[in-house]
Amino acid sequence: MGVEKTLGNNVLTTSLDKLVNWSRSRSLWPMTFGLACCAIEMMAAGAARFDLDRFGILFRASPRQSDVIIIAGTVTKKMLPVILTVYEQMPEPKYVIAMGACACSGGIFDTYSTVQGIDEFLPVDVYIPGCPPRPEALIYGINKLQEKIMAERNSFGSVIGIGERISS
Amino acid sequence: MSEHAAVGKLKQKFSDAVLDVVEYRGETTITVKKEQIVAVSTFLKMELGYNFLCDLCGVDYLGQSPRFMVVYNLYNIALKDRLRIKVPVEEKDAAVDTVSTVWATANWHERECWDLMGITFNNHPDLRRILMAADWEGHPLRKDYPLQGPDRELYQGRLQ
Repeated sequence: MGVEKTLGNNVLTTSLDKLVNWSRSRSLWPMTFGLACCAIEMMAAGAARFDLDRFGILFRASPRQSDVIIIAGTVTKKMLPVILTVYEQMPEPKYVIAMGACACSGGIFDTYSTVQGIDEFLPVDVYIPGCPPRPEALIYGINKLQEKIMAERNSFGSVIGIGERISS
Repeated sequence: MSEHAAVGKLKQKFSDAVLDVVEYRGETTITVKKEQIVAVSTFLKMELGYNFLCDLCGVDYLGQSPRFMVVYNLYNIALKDRLRIKVPVEEKDAAVDTVSTVWATANWHERECWDLMGITFNNHPDLRRILMAADWEGHPLRKDYPLQGPDRELYQGRLQ
């Protein structure tokens, strides 16, 4: 039993972009950052039942080690500068997922204290509707982001200083 | 129900300060003049044993005069007895003397009341915003504050 035969010294050919995109999309480390009830669903998605680890998604406790920030909940105007600071501390390339009605549009909180959608301040890659979205919805949204990353071009070139990363 | 024990003592000591006494469903509310609030508070705490200030809040009766009320919910822990004190505040002179010298917990409660209602508290040790962002302008729990903020158009109703 077990591995009786290795693959040997084989060669695989692929494009650098594909390799880089593949590694990026399969190791999306989100910032541990919850704002409201959506964060409970995000935690549920990360825990044993839904197990985000199987997608290579490991929550990191520092923005310096994060690739994606999941805006999970209501963004108040008082919290906004904190979110912007955390986002700015993340290294490139960085992605934003707006999780839930509040992060997408302000949701039911059409009031003076609430930001009417985080896309007014951050470049959102994926919007996940729901109040709150179930963990399946979050996983689907993350899969969509992975598809988006796989479609990027010049992702290797931009790292070595040749041109910009082109996202389709 | 018989009259609350504190009412008689308060009337005896501050005969000119007690404006109104209301008893409703076993809850006694005493309205006093705002100039006397610190003296009344000190008396209630030191002599009558109301050693816990449960809550201090502001109420906006827009269109009425006086416009604001500051409400003090007191509790006597030893006797398990509650008492409510109210102070009318005019809009033109929206300021009350602080009771944070009597109950230390009033410090944050008064900050909240000032932050959201715009009622200032004289001699307060640290009257900063507590809930809204530090650079916020206006006092959002006032009834004439636009719900969606001053920088947005007024809500016209869902169907418009």
